[in-house]
Amino acid sequence: MSMRPGIIPAPIAGLPWRLILLLVSLAFFGSLVLYSAAGGSLEPWAGKHMARFLIFLAMAIVMSRFPLSFWKTMTFPVYGILLLLLVAVEIRGFVGGGSQRWINLGFMGLQPSELMKPAVVLAVAWFFDRLPPSRIFSFDAVWPPVLIMGVPWILVVLQPDLGTSIAILFGGVVVAFLAGWPLRYFIGAAGALMVLVPVGYFFLLEPYQQNRVATFLDPESDPLGTGYHISQSKIAIGSGGLFGKGFLDGTQSHLDYLPEGHTDFVFSTMAEEWGMVGGIGVLFGFFLLLRWGLRVAMKSNSRYGQLVAAGLTCTIFFYIAVNLLMVMGLAPVVGIPLPFLSHGGSSMLTVMICIGIIMSIERHPGSRAGSFG
Amino acid sequence: MKNNRTLNSAQQKFTFTRRTMFVGGVQAALGLVLAGRMAYISVAENEKYQLLSESNRVNLTLIPPRRGWFIDRNGKPIATNRADFRVDIIPERLVDKDRTVATLADLLALSGDDVERVKRELDQARGFQPIQVKDGLDYESFARISVRLPDLPGVSPRQGFSRYYPSGAAVGHLAGYVGVVSAEEYAQNKDPLLITPGYKIGKEGLEKSLEDRLQGKAGAKRVEVTARGKIVRDLETRPDIPGKPLKLTIDIDLHNYAARRLGRESGSVVVFDCLTGDILAMASMPCYDPNSFSDGIGVTEYKWLREDERKPLLNKSLQGLYPPGSTLKPLAAIALQQAGIDPEEKVNCTGGYRLGNRTFRCLGRHGPINMRDAIKSSCNTYFYAMGHRIGYDAIAPVARALGLGQEFDLPFVSQYYGTVPDSEWFRKKYDKQWSASDTLNATIGQGYVLASPFQLALHAARLASGLDLQPQILVGERKKPSRLKFSEEHLAVAREGMDRVVNAFGTARASRLDLDDVKMAGKTGTSQVRAILREGRYRSNDRRFRDHGLFVCFAPVENPRYGAAVVIEHGMGGSRAAAPVAKDVLTFLYDPDQAMARLESLESAWGGTIEQRMERDLATFRAELDAPTKADSEAAQKRAEGE
Repeated sequence: MSMRPGIIPAPIAGLPWRLILLLVSLAFFGSLVLYSAAGGSLEPWAGKHMARFLIFLAMAIVMSRFPLSFWKTMTFPVYGILLLLLVAVEIRGFVGGGSQRWINLGFMGLQPSELMKPAVVLAVAWFFDRLPPSRIFSFDAVWPPVLIMGVPWILVVLQPDLGTSIAILFGGVVVAFLAGWPLRYFIGAAGALMVLVPVGYFFLLEPYQQNRVATFLDPESDPLGTGYHISQSKIAIGSGGLFGKGFLDGTQSHLDYLPEGHTDFVFSTMAEEWGMVGGIGVLFGFFLLLRWGLRVAMKSNSRYGQLVAAGLTCTIFFYIAVNLLMVMGLAPVVGIPLPFLSHGGSSMLTVMICIGIIMSIERHPGSRAGSFG
Repeated sequence: MKNNRTLNSAQQKFTFTRRTMFVGGVQAALGLVLAGRMAYISVAENEKYQLLSESNRVNLTLIPPRRGWFIDRNGKPIATNRADFRVDIIPERLVDKDRTVATLADLLALSGDDVERVKRELDQARGFQPIQVKDGLDYESFARISVRLPDLPGVSPRQGFSRYYPSGAAVGHLAGYVGVVSAEEYAQNKDPLLITPGYKIGKEGLEKSLEDRLQGKAGAKRVEVTARGKIVRDLETRPDIPGKPLKLTIDIDLHNYAARRLGRESGSVVVFDCLTGDILAMASMPCYDPNSFSDGIGVTEYKWLREDERKPLLNKSLQGLYPPGSTLKPLAAIALQQAGIDPEEKVNCTGGYRLGNRTFRCLGRHGPINMRDAIKSSCNTYFYAMGHRIGYDAIAPVARALGLGQEFDLPFVSQYYGTVPDSEWFRKKYDKQWSASDTLNATIGQGYVLASPFQLALHAARLASGLDLQPQILVGERKKPSRLKFSEEHLAVAREGMDRVVNAFGTARASRLDLDDVKMAGKTGTSQVRAILREGRYRSNDRRFRDHGLFVCFAPVENPRYGAAVVIEHGMGGSRAAAPVAKDVLTFLYDPDQAMARLESLESAWGGTIEQRMERDLATFRAELDAPTKADSEAAQKRAEGE
């Protein structure tokens, strides 16, 4: 934090303006795309998108003022509340007869499973922060994080929400990896997955999810059914070419061929009109964001700060990676939005919470000494 | 724990840094993969996806090309395209299938068959390929649908064209008809045009055989549509290019007259131009109305046509084969002269000719008779005796030279070429020796001889002109016909005999033309129905056993211009049934008013024009089908009483 003397008051001058500029650019570009997706109108998406972003940005800046100890204290209460909400959602869905992921907060729908993503990262990081380094190879280092990730994971799988459940697992596992879990766990798990994935495909997945995976493997097998999303998305991106069809001139999105063009497939909407140039621009923006997150992690002096910053960065990365792989036909269709571009409150809230906490870690790198000598 | 490695926080920090770098590396690598993938899709495969995007955006509807017209030698229409209205359904845009179909069925008075078909096609359909609900609609029905369009999403009323034959049934066998492409035809050629509503192909007659020349080029209507099928705007539309009209040698007025003049009879009239070989008329009645087929014929109407014993589905001009009977006597006369017989040589007719212990009968007792008078009076005895003298192998080549037993290079779907027997043919076919009695039968056009009305007319035209006429149906380049290799004197004798048939108290004296300056020459024929060779049956009340009436003729006697043949199935005699028809048809060529006056008085006795009679007959047929039989009603009554 550079404290430059001048006419700008110190608290404002001290804000991470480069990061804010990056986030505003991404969100503003997202608004442009949503403006076009609505046929050249702020309603119903672009205006709301920008307004929400500004509110969440303010929230993130406020969050960055809290010291790291605050997040440490908050970790388990928040984790516990979210777990209860997940159970509540589950029960309501069971009683109401059908899958129910939302809790209506009035101004937006809230998905507890969304917020569980950063919460799991915080909780697992909290655990490893407390774990003496010497115990990292012991079984004591295994079962608590597995429990922390596993319980919400099962609840989300039951919803059923495949994408979010994998995201929760991913955040927790990345933290465990960075905390120093032995590599053999990961190699062993990879081996087990290769056996379990086919089993899981046939016994755990809902038929519609099986269908999505099957279609992903061969999208042309059912171009009007489930493969429709992937085919149309590729057509949108592919027809954009190098420079795109021009702002407001996308046909795939405007003539409704591209499904979910304002949410999960917003990147395709963008790429159709802005082309490869726009796509590389967005990728570069995300690159800067993720690089910032990992740098904050590496610069942090507290173990909790390191793990949280890196874990949350990876949570954001997960959104970006899975979404982009999906829209380009490299991953099955899972309902995961693209940060800053997709319209949708819950995911933006999650991402901005992640950024707020990382900003807080950036502001409070902590003392050089770790918790354990 | 058993693991003896321990870590301090510095080592842990090192592990963290290393692993974070690794994670960062993985992220960067994935970023590169994504960038590469995007470059591949949007730059390398750009063309492919642009095409796909265009085909999404633009919906192409084919406009079926209008078929080329058939026009007659004077440019009058035989088959045209009539603008009409059509209602299609575009499956993609349909909201409530059952309700929409029910509403349409109500508004358009669709039959149960139609409703079934529409539903079946809708189940198989996908996308924007329209499905035809009904075509050939009048403006009233079209307007009824049009005002309700807001309530009927997916229903598309359009203006289209359907094939129209102004002459109706009269040209059915000649022109044929068009129809929608069948599933088998579409399986062979998957051109989407084939299943575009309103697209028809020739199914029969000239429509079928000249299909390639009648087809035009399809047009295309391009519109920008949303994924839900809403039309955003019209893009450029390419109009269809109609097929070129084909000019037939037919004189449609003459043809129509001939068809009408056949009346309630089952038969055929063929008229040739003796100078060129042009087919001027080729009527075969009764016939289906090709307009019914073009609109998609109903099950009942088809059943009615199929069950009619007069075979309206058969083109009798080309596919009806009959024993020509005495109409072949002039031809035999030429053969006799070629074999050296003096036309003045007389044969004494005592009412029959004795061959071995069998007597071949003549219909009269003509006394001593020469060649010309034998033709005039149709004396069998003369021809039995003379034919026996020269043998049929000397007559058959003349018959073939005049066109019997031949097939011609004409664009008709099928021609039957009949039989001109000789000993060689007989041996091959039956492995038996040709006998003298076979010769006697063949000489008077019975026995194994079979010919179509088309061949008989051509034979008359060739005999009259002495030219080796090649029949023509399409107006175009044609070679000047060469002369037949017959002596003009021999031909003259045959013609004089035919002149006497009509104009010198011969067998067709009742049918001489009521014209001052034109005389007709001809020859009657009465052929026994082949299966019934015993005598006395020709007056049978059972229609199927009655004799056929035939007449071949040409006019004018001097300088012949027209050659014709008339065949009336089971008409009981050439002079009685066929010759009067020939007389009126030829009269029409010279004095249409006189001919029309006679036709109109005849038609009023028959119960109206062809259309009126067909309509009434079909209605009767329907009523009979629908009427419950006596047994049915009794059974119903029993059931009612039982309850």
